Amino acid sequence: MEHILSNELGRLIVGLIVVLIFSQLNALFLVWLERKVAGHIQLRIGPKEVGPYGLLQTIVDGLKLVGKELITPKRADRILFIIAPVLVFVPVLVPFIVLPFSKSLPLNDMNVGLLVIFSFSTINVLAILIGGWGSNNKYALLGAIRSVAQNIAYEIPLLLSVLSVVLMTKTLQMSKIVQAQGSYWFFLIQPIAALTYFICATAETNRAPFDIPEAESELVAGFHTEFSGMRFGLFFLAEYTNVFVVCAVATTLFLGGWQGPFGFSLGIPGIIWFLAKTYLLVFVIMWFRWTFPRLRFDQLISFSWKVLIPLALANLIITAGVIKLI
Amino acid sequence: MSGSILSQGFLPQVAFIIVVGLTFCGAIIAVFHRNILYNVLGLALALAGVAALYVFLGSLFIGLMQLLIYVGAICIAMVFAIMLSRPVHLPKPKRKISKIATGVFAGLLILGVNIGVIYKTAWQPAAERKIDWSVKTIGDFLLTKYVLVFEVISLVLLVAMLGAIIISRFNGRVSS
Repeated sequence: MEHILSNELGRLIVGLIVVLIFSQLNALFLVWLERKVAGHIQLRIGPKEVGPYGLLQTIVDGLKLVGKELITPKRADRILFIIAPVLVFVPVLVPFIVLPFSKSLPLNDMNVGLLVIFSFSTINVLAILIGGWGSNNKYALLGAIRSVAQNIAYEIPLLLSVLSVVLMTKTLQMSKIVQAQGSYWFFLIQPIAALTYFICATAETNRAPFDIPEAESELVAGFHTEFSGMRFGLFFLAEYTNVFVVCAVATTLFLGGWQGPFGFSLGIPGIIWFLAKTYLLVFVIMWFRWTFPRLRFDQLISFSWKVLIPLALANLIITAGVIKLI
Repeated sequence: MSGSILSQGFLPQVAFIIVVGLTFCGAIIAVFHRNILYNVLGLALALAGVAALYVFLGSLFIGLMQLLIYVGAICIAMVFAIMLSRPVHLPKPKRKISKIATGVFAGLLILGVNIGVIYKTAWQPAAERKIDWSVKTIGDFLLTKYVLVFEVISLVLLVAMLGAIIISRFNGRVSS
């Protein structure tokens, strides 16, 4: 084992297997959590029949999904329709290569780690678009168009808010960004960037209140209306993995990654700190979904262009100025 | 980092051939397919292939920037424009000879320049080259030696913006 891990290729292969298993388990857990959170917010108790506290409910649902027939609509674009679910799922696995779960655990601590995450996250949009267009359904197409418009609008403030952290740490390497937060976490001195990032991340993952690409009341299920069985399952998995990834990035950038508050680790290992903070943020995103009503499309777009982008830009300029002056 | 996997043995050779093959396939789809959405997706594939080639050349940073900017931003903006244009299931207009001729001419011109540059460059074996392609070096080059090129490239954005303004102004008048 030791010698497999010392070999770089071996480490990558082992890491890939771990990531694949983790992403499935994570998605299963998050679907269960979402149903529980939704239940309790609506004064229900959520799933409870299968397993203790209904924990096995999503596994059963997943098995049902695997057993279902894969239907391809007659007039759909066959190639694109098949490619889309794969293309939506693969890019969300890439960020796991650089996510710093603990001090020694990033699979490959590249010096351009942050860039890896954001350059692959854009492929997701392209995949949604291919899926929506390829299924030859007006609701799917409308959902896809909305998704693209939304992603173009929210990608800019997202990157701007990330840049202000990069300016402060002068590095794109995830582990160094975490180490720079040894004494205090960055959301204390970059509250605007943290808030902008979190809002944009919610929008990027198409979560409520920004879930207009798949708004049930208007668009059936948006871009994945026509997908059945495990193809739909892959869209679902990708969404929940993506939620985990954006929260993990938020943890790294603003909440001190694997470190405890103000440098006190309290004897808890780094990976526990990291996962605890990430799942706390995931919970907040779920909380959003069941608390806020869905925005209208024009409100959504103008909120990004007229509020978030100027705010993020101003924050970036002030950050740059302060760094030069101090 | 990634350099050690990419520089030895049989695996990288195969990977390189696959990457080049995909890039060419993407480029061919981008030019010859008659469905405009396939054209853009082909272009995205070709550009992603080029990004992988940058990684082979030793700069992960440039590769990722290529992916972020060209695949992530430019291709998606193009698709967005296409979604607002003529439906794909309508009969396709015939290719005009004049348009093909202009396209071929522009392509040949760029190809000629590229071949010229390839011949004029004094190539060195990889071992003798300096392989410092860190973000800092690239930044220094962009703001010193290649500052003119950098500024000229930014003109493209200006032209795109002007184009968008003109289209939106005149379209409104024609359609209403």
